[in-house]
Amino acid sequence: MKNNELETKSELQEESLLKSTVGRRGFLQYAGASAAALALVAAGCRKDRNYTDPVAGVTLDFKDDFGVLNYAYALEQLEAAFYIQVANSNPSGFTAAQKAYFQDVQFHEIAHREFFKKALSTAAIGSLEVNFSAVDFTSGASVLATAKTFEDLGVAAYNGAGVRLKDTGFLVIAGQIVSVEARHAAYVRDQISNGTFADLGTLTAFGAVDANGLDGALTPDKVLPLAAPFIKTKINVINL
Amino acid sequence: MNIINILDEIEKVDGEIYERLNPRRAAMKSFFNVGKKISLAALPLALGSMFQKAYGQSNPANVTEVLNFALALEHLEYNFYNRALLSTGLIPAGAATGAITTIRAHELAHVNLLKSAITGAGGTPIALTEANFDFTAGNTFGDVFTNYGTFLKVATAFEDTGVRAYKGQAPVLKGMPVLTTALQIHSVEARHASHLRQMTAAFLNVPLKPWVGLGANGVSNDTGVPQVDPVYARENNTIQATYEITGINGTAVTRAAAAESFDEFLTGAEVKQIANLFLRAGSKLT
Repeated sequence: MKNNELETKSELQEESLLKSTVGRRGFLQYAGASAAALALVAAGCRKDRNYTDPVAGVTLDFKDDFGVLNYAYALEQLEAAFYIQVANSNPSGFTAAQKAYFQDVQFHEIAHREFFKKALSTAAIGSLEVNFSAVDFTSGASVLATAKTFEDLGVAAYNGAGVRLKDTGFLVIAGQIVSVEARHAAYVRDQISNGTFADLGTLTAFGAVDANGLDGALTPDKVLPLAAPFIKTKINVINL
Repeated sequence: MNIINILDEIEKVDGEIYERLNPRRAAMKSFFNVGKKISLAALPLALGSMFQKAYGQSNPANVTEVLNFALALEHLEYNFYNRALLSTGLIPAGAATGAITTIRAHELAHVNLLKSAITGAGGTPIALTEANFDFTAGNTFGDVFTNYGTFLKVATAFEDTGVRAYKGQAPVLKGMPVLTTALQIHSVEARHASHLRQMTAAFLNVPLKPWVGLGANGVSNDTGVPQVDPVYARENNTIQATYEITGINGTAVTRAAAAESFDEFLTGAEVKQIANLFLRAGSKLT
């Protein structure tokens, strides 16, 4: 058991196993997966889990659900910051109705951000510093185009990360959020061009399959590089 | 390495582990026999197969059941839009017809995808055709294919139901690749719902938002169509995972924003009750 990856994985399994909060149903699926068997064996080896992150920035540790939730928290921080700046700007050509709906979206994203912050409590990553230098907040077109990217990417991110969640409660919460993001995405797209609310053929880069009527779905390793240009804070990823 | 330690830990969350491993309670004995016969290096694999025997990788019966449940809803949606598009003069030409045609194509794609998934899993796809449906719901929406406003109201209710239905079934698919597929369908339904709500708001001149908001006086149904109240049950909820979202962490999140920011799920029983309003006798979901 000298293999580092194996040891890291075993920590995850060990922690899950030892937590009596593991739902019985989740456990059944979990124990049945043969991939988990390696780590189950390793669960017999007790070891020190102390870990100090020497790298600057925040670390998303995907060893467990908290990593997935922190990942969502990071994306919601990004979205909330964007819509707050939109509200503080005056994008050209925005109608009163558009301003009102963008304010709705702003508070939805703030609600999501704060929910994760509260649910993660001491496990939450810190606040991210954003970089919107590529966005012209005085231009309605620039704001809409950026909003479209964020919402479509957000949908693909939640769709691709859901399968990693082990806790049923968190899975349902993620589902409750992603459909709201999809409603945003459709709305923003229709503001750019009415009728493009679900143009799945334009979302193949995000994992959509038009012929099957499937929306985007991207794993975190694909999403984070796409979000990176908008985030100053270094995001470290481990155990993905 | 302490194998017994593992089994002890498992017993804490699954008291019947020994019975599962071997119903004749000879588990430990047979386990040690296995251990004697194989090398330490091969042990993980042996243990893996032992657990698979005890639990199985998943519960295929439940998964097929969920996929068939989803298929029934997709049949309903596809046949509904198909009949609407075939009803001359119902849907205005141009953007409206374009949008409904797009949505119909997605529902048909979902039908075909789910059918093949169910067949692939060894199940039998539920077979429903237009003849099995009564889209007037026993004359509740008698003019659904002659009155564009009624059509939009029912379409919006169907899409919002679909979004909530997939969400409610996600726990059964937890951790499985098919969950990702279900989520990819789920968010497409949400996109449809968002657009249909905008179409409804524009045509009927009602303040319906792309997202499900608070109804008048805070009721859960924001459409103003009381006949679809069950579709929106609990959508005015503002508490998520025990946390009150209104004003969360001292923010200015209003009660309305709190309700809008999280869609709620419907249970399978609730969805069946809604779907059965549109299924004829003899075709109802049980």
